[in-house]
Amino acid sequence: MRRYSVFAIAREAMRGHRGWPEQWASPEPKKRYDVIIVGAGGHGLGTAYYLAKEHGITNVAVLEKGWLGGGNTGRNTTIIRSNYLYDESAGIYDHAVRLWDGLSQDLNYNVMYSPRGVMMLAHNVHDVQVFKRHIHANRLNGVDNEWLTPEEAKAYCPPLNISRNARYPVMGAALQRRGGTARHDAVAWGYARAASARGVDIIQNCEVTGINRGPDGAVTGVETTRGTIGAAKVGVVAAGHSSVLMQMAGVQVPLESYPLQALVSEPVKPVFPCVVMSNTVHAYISQSDKGELVIGAGTDQYTSYSQTGGLHIIQHTLDAIVEMFPMFTRMKMLRSWGGIVDVTPDRSPILAKTPVKGLYVNCGWGTGGFKATPSSAHVFAHTIARDEPHRINAPFTLERFRGGRLIDEAAAAAVAH
Amino acid sequence: MLLIHCPYCQEERPELEFRHAGEAHIARPTDMAALSDADFERFFFIRSNPKGIVFERWRHIHGCARFFNAARDTVSDRFLATYRAGDPKPALDGEGA
Repeated sequence: MRRYSVFAIAREAMRGHRGWPEQWASPEPKKRYDVIIVGAGGHGLGTAYYLAKEHGITNVAVLEKGWLGGGNTGRNTTIIRSNYLYDESAGIYDHAVRLWDGLSQDLNYNVMYSPRGVMMLAHNVHDVQVFKRHIHANRLNGVDNEWLTPEEAKAYCPPLNISRNARYPVMGAALQRRGGTARHDAVAWGYARAASARGVDIIQNCEVTGINRGPDGAVTGVETTRGTIGAAKVGVVAAGHSSVLMQMAGVQVPLESYPLQALVSEPVKPVFPCVVMSNTVHAYISQSDKGELVIGAGTDQYTSYSQTGGLHIIQHTLDAIVEMFPMFTRMKMLRSWGGIVDVTPDRSPILAKTPVKGLYVNCGWGTGGFKATPSSAHVFAHTIARDEPHRINAPFTLERFRGGRLIDEAAAAAVAH
Repeated sequence: MLLIHCPYCQEERPELEFRHAGEAHIARPTDMAALSDADFERFFFIRSNPKGIVFERWRHIHGCARFFNAARDTVSDRFLATYRAGDPKPALDGEGA
């Protein structure tokens, strides 16, 4: 791997930028690996990277049915925050924020992490009470989060409409200053490049069609569209398709897959300084470094694998956006798209061993997995390498739905995920 | 937006009139207290979540307000059949459901 630096740029500038090598290798699949990761999104590539870096396991393949980072990693609205209610959630999401902080240096790749602040708006008495409860819970867990009056919220985000006459007036806001955004593609590319440099094989256009198991039930490898590949350990990190893959190994998971949409506007000059979320009117918005407003909509009501959603969902979100930010009334929207998100009953992820020996699963991130990419990958690599969960992901088991020890961010309410 | 045929109203109406109500043909156990944890998990949490034909409940909430079932392809979002609650799963031509 050629390290990126100011000297490398200067050297290449002198010779017309003809010396940049490919960022990662695209090898043919080998017959056998120590570990196979299914799914080359941020979580999967990151898992391979941490397997190599922290655990010395470099004979690893990351299999991707489409192209690298083409699933939810390339489709989300790139919001990073850790102001979740429960201790378990605070543990895993704040671990992510701490890793985001040094990720560009660690990967030698600019992931453009920008802690510009995430502000969550309260529009009614229930919101105010719930957010204040969150703030207190967060502070007990060492997660920064503070309460703003409507005037303070407007000072932090000037485009915000705090008029008393709004349909849903702003009654205050919770602000996590360490929250923000990162460049989603760069996260996938940065992990891919750093993993490849440590010997990980990244194999695109290679769909897993079956999970092979030996006479004792343990995993022996996978069937793919590019042949059989052996491995004693397989980690499934397949987001919306996790149910389909786990079914191949006969493991039933408590997941449902829904379309989730996002959209961007035409690019404009910097107008929007932070991330604003409103769960009550259901909208979230930020501005990318390219200048587009990045807007997240809600999920459709029905399960689907179609990667599209209903237009009325987007319209509903834009209604809320122009109500909160009247200056965007005449902005043109440029593109919209959908991703398939795997939702658990308690809206918390599953990062765990499975009843099948050698099979591990990292799924159920629902509508909010991007923010957790580094920590999810970090603790999942630990789980695979040691065959036991890291302290941070130990509560996120598959068995919690049987035992009843849910991490019920769904019931914690007023938190979009 | 989906167009959904209500088997009671006998007409196709926009999705906005309907509320999705989860997977169909999951019988609620009659003696809940007698269930083992594993059986309760299977009833309450586990869903088939198929990539292909799903059998699901809908409610025509802004119409007749009644529940009915539908068979839909989750890849194309195309409805193959809608039928009244309590009716058995319909035979779907060539779909191998």
